[in-house]
Amino acid sequence: MQTRFQGRVWTFGDDISTDHIIAGKYLGTTDPKVFADHAFEAVDPTWAKNVRPGDLIVAGTNFGCGSSREQAPVALKTLGISAILATSFARIFFRNAINLGFPVIECAGLRDLVKSGDEIDLDLAGGEVRVPSGVMLKFTPLPPNVLEILEAGGLVPKLKKELASRAR
Amino acid sequence: MSEKVLARASHTESVSPGQIVDGDVDLLYMHEMLAMALLPFNEIGTMKVWDPEKIVVTLDHWVPPPTPEIAKMHQSIRDFCRKQGIRRFHDVGDHGIVHQLIAERGYAHPWDLVIGSDSHTNMVGAVGAFAAGIGATDTAAVMAKGQLWLRVPETMRVDIHGTLGERTGAKDVILKVIGTTGDDAARYAAVEFTGPTVKAFPMNERFVLCNMTTEMGAKVGMIAADQVTKEYLAHTGHRFEAIGSDEDASFVKTFTFDVDGMGPQVACPSNPANLKPVEEVEGTKIDVAFLGSCTNARIEDLRIAAELLRGEKVAPGVRFQITPASQIIYRQALKEGLVEVFMDAGAMFTSSTCGPCFGGHLGTLAGDEVCISSTNRNYPGRMGSPTAQVYLASPWTVTASAIHGEITDPRKA
Repeated sequence: MQTRFQGRVWTFGDDISTDHIIAGKYLGTTDPKVFADHAFEAVDPTWAKNVRPGDLIVAGTNFGCGSSREQAPVALKTLGISAILATSFARIFFRNAINLGFPVIECAGLRDLVKSGDEIDLDLAGGEVRVPSGVMLKFTPLPPNVLEILEAGGLVPKLKKELASRAR
Repeated sequence: MSEKVLARASHTESVSPGQIVDGDVDLLYMHEMLAMALLPFNEIGTMKVWDPEKIVVTLDHWVPPPTPEIAKMHQSIRDFCRKQGIRRFHDVGDHGIVHQLIAERGYAHPWDLVIGSDSHTNMVGAVGAFAAGIGATDTAAVMAKGQLWLRVPETMRVDIHGTLGERTGAKDVILKVIGTTGDDAARYAAVEFTGPTVKAFPMNERFVLCNMTTEMGAKVGMIAADQVTKEYLAHTGHRFEAIGSDEDASFVKTFTFDVDGMGPQVACPSNPANLKPVEEVEGTKIDVAFLGSCTNARIEDLRIAAELLRGEKVAPGVRFQITPASQIIYRQALKEGLVEVFMDAGAMFTSSTCGPCFGGHLGTLAGDEVCISSTNRNYPGRMGSPTAQVYLASPWTVTASAIHGEITDPRKA
């Protein structure tokens, strides 16, 4: 599993809902490209076009609140966002992202230290993130059972592996 | 109370907050998210669901299907249910907004671990179940294994006292709670409602409270199962077993609300916690009024609308849409003559769907349109254009506003 992520940051505020991330009108399909193309359209219609693979999102509290739509993390992952760091996450968004093998990290204090366009260096295994000023922020590592899903590449690969080992 | 259910579901004596448990799921229910879950389910490779008798499926988000692609999505769900032997598949015609369908058909019971593929699964906790919402991949995993890992949540108590003012109900109470505590006050936590006001609420009002614990960030919302619950579930034939918290149960936090004489509340654009008493937003011009969703479109809500609309007209230039939460409610509204009252007043009555609430179809908002809605969320773009303005309120306030063309205090209507 990749544990080092260096990239450009997009910042968002508090209470970013799944309606902000992907509007209900685009959910009438199972095509991830549709979700990706319209990600954050309600905030900035050009956003999805300007994202580069490897970019990271840094946000405030309660990121991903609202609906259970997994299309929200799917949209951001499909665009190539490598990880999301927020002060806190809404619970279903958090689960959905981890289940997709998409790193989501609770990191208090980071939101105030970066602005959009900054480059940050995230060390998932080490539990720290470096911001442009050189400051190194520590965060609490993910709980073991969550990390296990992430390390397997998501819940589906984890379950497949378990089923295969049981069949043997 | 939430810990009791999780201990039972994970076959242990007791559990404590922070612990991770694998819970055996008593009921898994799904709507169109099943189509998104098919891909990961097929990839997991168990081929068969763990127990078709513990699964309920209906179609609610896009009924009837507004595009060929969605019609195809419905087909894939129909095929899957047939092949897997899921008998409790409620197809278009027999459908309802899934949480309401689960409640009114008595599919969820006290002590059950209920998992639903939708964030408002919390609503079902009003019967004394632990009912939590999940996304597509988790749904696929539950279909395959019949289990879900859960972090045992801390429990927050919301204790409510007092007799509400006229034309004020559970919706006003929960908006007040969210507006006071914040839209992430209960993140990862279980919310338990207690107190004389809650005990006096009938089931339809209890469902409203638990429904919008989602807008507090809660994992579940629960209410002790008592005589009111027992009577509501009596027709199901299921053996009723009361559940509640112990006298000495510990809560991570207790919020106490005295709602004696409290009047109608409104959540203003564009956050469910942006609360104002109705007096402060009275007179705001509206373009649309919507009475629908899993939150407030039960028969009792429709009766309120009819009571206010009888002999009145919807204000010129305003479209008032009423969308019942299920086909059962639709039929009941017909039987009671409510539909005729709505039509005489110039309101539109539709088949049951989630469509307008999530901006999907069957009534979405244009840019800068102002809507007052009995639904649960008003984030930007929730009901259509990102520049539309959505005010959340009770069926009383929504209907009174539809008649006057502006946000109206229902006590004066």
